[in-house]
Amino acid sequence: MSFTPDIQAFTCHYTSQQTLAEGEKGLKEDGLPGSITLNRLVCTGKLQVSTLLKAFEDGADGVYVVGCPIDQCHNVMGSQRAAKRVLAIKKALVELDVEPERIEMYHQARGFHPEFIEAGQKMDKRITELGPCPFKGESK
Amino acid sequence: MIVAERKPMNEVLGMVQDAKRILVLGCRGCVTVCSAGGEREVEILASLLRLGMKKQGKEVETIEGTLVRQCDKEYIDGIDQWDGQYDAIVSMACGVGVNFISNLLPTAKVYPAVNTTFFGGSEEQGVWSEQCAGCGDCILHLTGGLCPVARCAKNLMNGPCGGSVDGKCEINPKVECIWQSIHDRLGRIDSQEMMNRIMPIRDWSTAGHGGPRKVLRDDLTI
Repeated sequence: MSFTPDIQAFTCHYTSQQTLAEGEKGLKEDGLPGSITLNRLVCTGKLQVSTLLKAFEDGADGVYVVGCPIDQCHNVMGSQRAAKRVLAIKKALVELDVEPERIEMYHQARGFHPEFIEAGQKMDKRITELGPCPFKGESK
Repeated sequence: MIVAERKPMNEVLGMVQDAKRILVLGCRGCVTVCSAGGEREVEILASLLRLGMKKQGKEVETIEGTLVRQCDKEYIDGIDQWDGQYDAIVSMACGVGVNFISNLLPTAKVYPAVNTTFFGGSEEQGVWSEQCAGCGDCILHLTGGLCPVARCAKNLMNGPCGGSVDGKCEINPKVECIWQSIHDRLGRIDSQEMMNRIMPIRDWSTAGHGGPRKVLRDDLTI
């Protein structure tokens, strides 16, 4: 049975500048998988653990966050805070016996760069292989 | 403050297996300050409960609430606002809160979502350490303000055991030998002679060894 994952990406204003410049169509042409929904934030430091959990509650099979490089966050520590929160979700997923790989943190420089697309492709491949999230009560 | 930590999710889920409507109840007191059971943690636990139950094929409804304090009858009465809306209460307060709810709501099912750990302070963001054992007979005036009851692994009352190395405890080398610290501090405050004082055999009845403790203040009771 074919499976198209629902992947929610949370990206900060700076690392996702490419989305503004290219728009949805341009990103697809660059290779961003259609399974990914981009959620833009002023800073990933604004992300709360509950926001990431809600993405899973709303049916996401995978979630990832793209923030600034650890030592180059526009808001100094925003992406570090986001990384800690992603780690907290990973631990919670383990507690619930769900694959922690369903959530990931990426640190990327701002502007146009292929890594932004690659992160999406990596997550699409990973989550497709993992199958539907166990929270959805569906089998692989 | 009282420091607590959230229990593992499988333990909490195990408590509420049969519940369909859960009141997740936080406390704005100590557990908010130590990020274990405040409003934010209530939101997270409620989400984890819904996800965990869903994974088991069960639907559960959660109500999220946070009281000013769960250790005070005046505030516990606030639970009345959710009367009839829950099958079980999962309290994120310390053990005092769980006990208070149980005392006041004789037929309600109440479960603890945190492990109440110790009386402590925040050394830095995200780090808490035990400072007081609540032993009921404070001797800090004799020990330079540093407590051997709470902070000596062997609860020694008359100086170090002799096992410490470089000022660190032999039980856990990451922990300072509190008797070394007491010695050094008494020296700094010109009270080193306090080290020569022999503390008598201690009556631990005030520390809970004489049963549950109670404080009664005639000047405050009505």
